[in-house]
Parts: sequence; structure tokens; C-alpha cells
Amino acid sequence: MSAVAAAGGGGRRRRLRYVTERRGFLATFLISPAVLLIAALVGAPLVLAVYLSLTDAQAGSLTGKWVGLANFRAAWRDPIFQGALRHTAEMTLISQAVVVLCAGLLAHALVHKFRGRWVLRFLILLPWAAPISLTVIGFLWFYDPQASIWNWFLVHLHIVSAQNTPNWLGTPTDAMASIISVQAWRTIPFATVIFIAGISSIPQEVDDAAAIDGATGLRKFWYVSLPLQLPIAIVAVLFGIIFTATDMVVPYILTNGGPFNSTQMITTWAFTEGINAGNVGEGAAIAMFLLPVLAFVAIGMLVFARRAEVT
Amino acid sequence: MTFRRHLFSYGVTVPFAIVLAFPFVWMFVTSLKPEAQVYDPTKTWNFHPTLASYGFLFHQTNYVRWIENSCFVGVLVVLITLLVAMPAGYALARLSGRVGRSMGIGIFLTYLVPPTLLFLPLSRVVARYLHLSDRLWSLVVIYPSFTIPFAVWLLMGFFKTVPQELEDAALVDGCSRLSALVRIVFPVSLPGILTVVIFTFSLVINEFVYAITFITSAANRTLPVGVPTDLIRGDLFDWPGIMGAILIPSIPLALIYNAFLNRFIAGFTGGAFR
Repeated sequence: MSAVAAAGGGGRRRRLRYVTERRGFLATFLISPAVLLIAALVGAPLVLAVYLSLTDAQAGSLTGKWVGLANFRAAWRDPIFQGALRHTAEMTLISQAVVVLCAGLLAHALVHKFRGRWVLRFLILLPWAAPISLTVIGFLWFYDPQASIWNWFLVHLHIVSAQNTPNWLGTPTDAMASIISVQAWRTIPFATVIFIAGISSIPQEVDDAAAIDGATGLRKFWYVSLPLQLPIAIVAVLFGIIFTATDMVVPYILTNGGPFNSTQMITTWAFTEGINAGNVGEGAAIAMFLLPVLAFVAIGMLVFARRAEVT
Repeated sequence: MTFRRHLFSYGVTVPFAIVLAFPFVWMFVTSLKPEAQVYDPTKTWNFHPTLASYGFLFHQTNYVRWIENSCFVGVLVVLITLLVAMPAGYALARLSGRVGRSMGIGIFLTYLVPPTLLFLPLSRVVARYLHLSDRLWSLVVIYPSFTIPFAVWLLMGFFKTVPQELEDAALVDGCSRLSALVRIVFPVSLPGILTVVIFTFSLVINEFVYAITFITSAANRTLPVGVPTDLIRGDLFDWPGIMGAILIPSIPLALIYNAFLNRFIAGFTGGAFR
């Protein structure tokens, strides 16, 4: 009895082993858990989000009456939403332009080996390595209307008078500038690191060949180094764009859209409408306006990842 | 001599390092201030330092509880992520041709789908179908949505660097493909796997949008949500305590990040650019 069972088990195991030795089967077997989980946790909610945005679903329910594009039309006409769209674009474009400039400079300085580089790199990486959702709370204190440390510097450098210090998060323009600087501050280290990877990926032979052909300094940078590191650098920038445009932590903690909706973003407005006000359908429709950014970045990634591979 | 040669490097990196790291210096200084002097303009830099705010943090708030919560979620999510992402990352690294590449990039692109787009439907699913409102388990279930794509991508980059010959040798010696994977490929890739553990864990510590949407009671909060919502004394933010609360997890995380940074870059760029 037991011998038969053992033989049967052995046969089954042999058959199982025969199956797992086939490459196609093994690959499917290894990949499918990941694909299924991603389909369940990202794909399904995404479809559900699209569906919700076309209904008048309220808090506490997952369904609502089909309203077609009414939510989108309502959002589009709403001046607060129009502002949110504009602020999101401003925040993303300005902060990422600053990031590209600073990280480009930093990467070219940090790529060389010099004494003290480890410490300097550690300090430069701090904003990215520390949890951003915690450090933003720190900035709430740095921008405090009574005790802002920036104001202490400004007063002591005689840039502003002690009676007339800026209220960073309390006035529309300053609040926007504050949010943009925090976004730049936290993205610079990441971009720097990826830029460095781009510069170091250029083979030494290319450098030598350029030197033999008499290319030096800026000419070499413009015609040789820059085109070669560009694909990886662009991928880093695309990352910066998607993470900044879809970020809720920084604006939510610093201003939560205020003062007077002057720093309202797509993300914070979707949260306010969808969670706080309970208009799930409308909130989902507002968040949908992040999809074009996502599509743009995804297409860019596909194009440049391929180009990076060719070089 | 060497200093002059590297004048450009020092001239650029030193000012940037000062500006980028200054917020942490100021956090540290603030965390040592006695509560009464926080807003005193004459005591900006000269005050009697005290560790009182750290004592308050550990003895009279839920801070330790939030750290435990974050670690609980972090450890479970890391385990789930490794279990699912290691086989997938390996298979994608070895699948030659278009299929493997497109699937790899496809999985990676799902990492870009932001929580801010998914939190509304997910909050309903968590409440209505999973019955996990205000439970840490809701985060354990949902967080793999972004950690798995991220980890698959990194691991794919690492596994590509394991030479095929190593596996072939094991197969010749009578190993099955699966046991070659478990006995040869995974142990050789241990540094890469460790890198994934660290960066996945820090993604979990960082997450804010889901945590603030799903969790409602103070004792169940994670670190990034508990600190801004509950560290309030009377009606005022307890700034010295908050600064300490930020620094305590940040500094160790930053040190580990730096130690593993080069590996992270290798995996991150290795998935596509090779």
C-alpha cells in the first residue's frame, strides 16, 4: 500500500519536475503571481476609478447613478479646479527646471573622486533618504509665521526688516514658492544620483577618442558627453515630473490648498472633494486629470529607455 | 594641489551640501529647545539645551506605537514583496527577446500609477469588501501594489548580472531549474536582494496617502501620519518633539541608504540600460 503510494508520488513528482523543466512553463509559473497581484491591486482599482468618475457615487458606497461625463464637465467649469490644474503645472514645471539645473551641476562636480566626497554626498542625499512625509512637517516649522528660521536669516542679512517679515504659507505667492522649493529640495538628490550614473556610463574610450579629435571643455560636453548621458538623464527627469505632479504629501501638509485655494493641486482637491466632502464620483473625476501626465511620462520612458539601450 | 585641481567640485558641492542639509541641522537645534523658548526671538541660537522633548515623545505620546506599526507593516510587506517579486524578477531577467523586455517595462510602468489616483476606489474596497477600515492589515494588503513593481524592476536588474554559466554548471551537476534558482541564483544575488529589502521598507515608511485615508484612530497610525496629526500639546504643535520625531527615523535610514546607494543605482538603471 505504502509502496504504491510512494511510487505514485514519485511518478507525480517526476512528472511535475518534467513540467517545471520546460522553460516556457517555468517562466509563466514564476511571473504569474506578480502579474495577478498587480492586476488586482493596480489594474482593477484603476478601472474602478474610471467607473466611479462616471457616476454620482457618494461616501460609503461603491456604486452610483451613471452620470456620464457630468463630473468632468462640473470639474472643468469650477474655478477652484482650474486653479488646481494651473498650480499643479506650475509646481511641476518650475521645481523640475530647478532640479535639472542644480542636479546637472552637482552631478558633474560629484562624479570626480576627491577628499571628503563621502561626507558631502551623504549630506546632499539627506533630503531624499529621509522620509519625505516626515521632513515636510519640519518645513511647516521652518515657514512658521512667528519663528521662521528663513526670516531670521533674512532679517540678520538686512534683506527684510524685523517688523515686516514674510508670512510664507499665509500669502498666495509665497505659499506657492514655498511648496515649489520643498519639491525641488527633495528631488535634487535623486536626480543627481541618476545623472551621475549617466555620466559614469560613458565608456573611457569615447572620452579618449574625443580627446584625440581635439574636443575639449564645453565643445566636448555639448557634442559628446551630453548626447550620451541624455537618455538616462531624461528618464530621471520624467520620474521627477510624475512624482511631483501626483504628489499630495507636500501641498497637503504645508497648506492643504490654502490660503484661499491659491495652492490647491489636483491631488489635494481630489482628496478634499472625494474624502472630506464625500463626493466620491467627483473626486475620482478630478484625479483622472492626472492620467494625461501619466501617459506622457510612460510614453517618454518607453522611447528613452529604448534609446538608452541602443547607445 | 589636489584641492586646487578639485576647486570646481568643492565650489559646487560644499554650498549645495550646506543648503540641502541645513533643514536637518535646524531640526536638531529645535529639538533641544525648552518648550518656553521655542518662539522667543532672542533665544534663536543661544538657549539651554534639554532632552525634555525626547522624553515627552517616548513617554507621553503614541510615538513608539507608531514606530511599531510602521515596522509591522514594513516587515510583512517586505516579505510578501520578496516572495512574489524574486521569482518574477528572475524570470524576466532570463526571458530573452521582446516578450521579457516588454513585460519588464510593463510591470515597471505600473509603479508610476500614483496612489493619488487609486486611493478613492481602494478606500471603498477596503471598507466595504475587505472590512479592514482602520486596521493595519489594510496597508499590508494594499502596499504591495507599489512595492512589487518597484522590486521586480530592481531584482530584474540584479539577476541580469548573474552569469548564465553559473546556472548551467548547476544544471549539468543534476540540479533542477527550480533548485538552481533557490540554491545558486538567490544566494549569489544576496546583496541585490538586501538592497531591495531596504528600499522597499523605506517606501513603506514613506507612504502617506493610503495611511491617512484608511487609518482613523490614533493608536493604529503609522509614523508619517501620526507625527503631523497627533503631536499637538494643547492647541499648539509641539515643535521640539516633532523635530525629534522626524530625526530619529531619518538619520539611520539615511546612513543605510548611503551604504546601499551604488547597488540601488546599478539595479535601477540595469533593468533597461544595458
